[in-house]
Amino acid sequence: MCLSIPSKVVEIDEHNVATVDTMGIKRQVSLDLMRDEVGIGDYVLIHVGFAMNKIDEEDALASLAVYKEILEAMDEEERRRSIEADDACEGRA
Amino acid sequence: MTHIQLSHGGGGEEMNRLIHSLFFEAFGNETLLQSEDAAALHIKSPIAFTTDGFTVSPLFFEGGDIGKIAIAGTVNDLAMMGARPLYLSAAFIIEEGLALEDLRRIVASMSAELARSSARIVCGDTKVVPKGACDKLFITTSGIGEIVYGGISAHRLCAGDAIIVSRDIGAHGATVLAAREGIGIWGDLRSDCATLWGAVAALLEGALSIHALRDATRGGLAAVLNEWAVASNVCIELEEEAIPISGPVRGLCELLGFEATDFANEGTFVLALPKAQAPRALEILRAMELTCNAALIGEVSQKRPGRVILKSPWGSSRYLELPKGELLPRIC
Amino acid sequence: MSLQLRDLYEGFRDAEVIKALSKRITQESEALREPLHVMEVCGGHTHTIMKYGLKQLLPQNIRFIHGPGCPVCIMPKERIDHAIDLSRMEDAILCTLGDMIRVPGSKGSLAEERAAGRDIRPLYTPLDALKIARENPHKKVIFFAIGFETTTPMSAALLDAAIKAGVENLFLHANHVLVPPAVDAIMADGRAKVNAFIGPSHVSVITGSKIYEPLPIRYGTPVAVSGFEPVDVMEGILMLVRQKNEARCAVEVQYTRAVSREGNTKAQALIERYMEPRAHFRWRGIGDIPHSALRLREAYAHYDAERVFAEHLGNEPIDDHKLCICGTILKGLASPKECKVFGTACTPSTPLGSCMVSSEGACNAYFRFAEV
Repeated sequence: MCLSIPSKVVEIDEHNVATVDTMGIKRQVSLDLMRDEVGIGDYVLIHVGFAMNKIDEEDALASLAVYKEILEAMDEEERRRSIEADDACEGRA
Repeated sequence: MTHIQLSHGGGGEEMNRLIHSLFFEAFGNETLLQSEDAAALHIKSPIAFTTDGFTVSPLFFEGGDIGKIAIAGTVNDLAMMGARPLYLSAAFIIEEGLALEDLRRIVASMSAELARSSARIVCGDTKVVPKGACDKLFITTSGIGEIVYGGISAHRLCAGDAIIVSRDIGAHGATVLAAREGIGIWGDLRSDCATLWGAVAALLEGALSIHALRDATRGGLAAVLNEWAVASNVCIELEEEAIPISGPVRGLCELLGFEATDFANEGTFVLALPKAQAPRALEILRAMELTCNAALIGEVSQKRPGRVILKSPWGSSRYLELPKGELLPRIC
Repeated sequence: MSLQLRDLYEGFRDAEVIKALSKRITQESEALREPLHVMEVCGGHTHTIMKYGLKQLLPQNIRFIHGPGCPVCIMPKERIDHAIDLSRMEDAILCTLGDMIRVPGSKGSLAEERAAGRDIRPLYTPLDALKIARENPHKKVIFFAIGFETTTPMSAALLDAAIKAGVENLFLHANHVLVPPAVDAIMADGRAKVNAFIGPSHVSVITGSKIYEPLPIRYGTPVAVSGFEPVDVMEGILMLVRQKNEARCAVEVQYTRAVSREGNTKAQALIERYMEPRAHFRWRGIGDIPHSALRLREAYAHYDAERVFAEHLGNEPIDDHKLCICGTILKGLASPKECKVFGTACTPSTPLGSCMVSSEGACNAYFRFAEV
């Protein structure tokens, strides 16, 4: 029941109805449940014909940045481990 | 007169006029114009024979219409058996009140699609039914083709075969769904509806050992591959990320909770052939406009005979099941 | 850097990130003192877990217990019979959302009724019901409203629009249920071995994460409110593992891009205006739970199909098919694979129980996205 898709607002009409875009698919959704002001270019979550809320771009970017750090830390760990493995080999030799 | 009336199916003068001014005009060829009870044909080679009914709603959609599908669909069924399409029949069941202009457009579109292969309509039938007895227009086409490459079969897949899809999947299903009244969804969607004989002919000339070939119509890619896996008692392992899906089809699936692998196609086929020949097959397909997005999506193994496995890029895997039930949006 | 729409999808489905999180979880879960039994409350999460094969990426000591958060699944048969009885009334048009049309009650399903000639329409948005009511002024248009907190505001908005437009032939049959009382009922039962929760994504968008704050206090369980993408769920699991290892238990929000503590207060106010808690609501499998669902307020009784058409509706509880274990699954006591009829007598095309119908039901997800 809780399917809800991030979409981009591309148009808002005088009846508080927005046209939103999801990867090239467009549909109209009501903005009547929105607490905050919605503008063109905002990302909203839509559910059964209504926008439910605005996606917080800063928070989304912050999450993505955290994932990038995790990947970098992993790479670093792998690198260190492979150097340690090499060292161990040299030690034996 | 702007709309089809019951009298157009009555067998009398009005029907005669309709057949001559519309159907004969568009499809005219020597055999058809004989107007005999049956078409007399001369075929020496082994033949493939197929039939299909078309009931698509709406009649017109982005990228095609019921007429185009009725021709392409039957021609493709022949092509998928390695048969050069030769002769078609066409039966029209028309609802009273259909706009004559719509029928003209549909017939013109059929005529244009026929020109894309060697097929001709050599016999036909027209019935008009009272309002409400059918949904605007149903068309049934049957076809005969001469088999020029034998042995293509759903039973012939073997371990080590590559699975290739001819283009991005799901375009037809997504387009028709979005065009339905009341759904309120639109976008850069266009049905893949097309005659595939040209692409198949190019493959046949490429000296390849084609094991299986099928257009992924109703039930989509998921249905074809499951049928193959069962028929040949093999396992088909797919790389999920390699399956081409256009942005808008993906978007529609996200919105309504569908899987693109379940969506119908009307101009997309799947091919199985020995892995070593896959690069050559892809080269041939990618050189043609209709199949320029052709992709290698997986291979045949003995891991779980009778099943299709989807492998994710992060190392998990699951079975790809046959689509089941009515395609209702997953809004809940 | 500005955010692109594709980042919202691809960024949270990134294969490398999923693998990295899987590795982290595996490393850090070695320190767990007891196995982690995570209840993902919402059916949307069950769907994600199965579709993306996330179970396969977790160590042995982390298990999922699927929760009751699928509104179609928890609907008892007598409520489905209401829908069927309403559709059989003279001049009635019955509208509902998606999968509801396929769930069998004791008299068959709405899909079967439709085939038998009743006017039953699956909708994409509740607002379509208002359009249908306007186009059919001489018919009784009934919106069979289902859903958790996510979908309740949309039903309230429909009622609001109908009142403002002066439409009087539209009625709501309200089956809106609430997450916290259901979770409490499962925990109070005590048999489900749940010791951590993945909190629902979009319920929380509406309600705010504050509704879960009693859980750590009452049951000592950490909660991670997560999004529906695979990266979201994996990160949520990692947050739960860390809370356990640090001997903390609190409500944490992974889905920060959409969930706040307070939620969508405008939507909450709209619900408050039109709806009130019911004394009781019977949940399939779980049974009667006090104050676990909403109905229309007395002032709007003339829009309430249950009151207006009461004479057509029965209220006797109806039990599930003997062989169906949906109820046990919804209580977190069994997995679909333990059901004798799973995949044989009960499939998505011939469902015996509701969990096989909805794409967010555990049985349906296990069937459609079966693990190799």
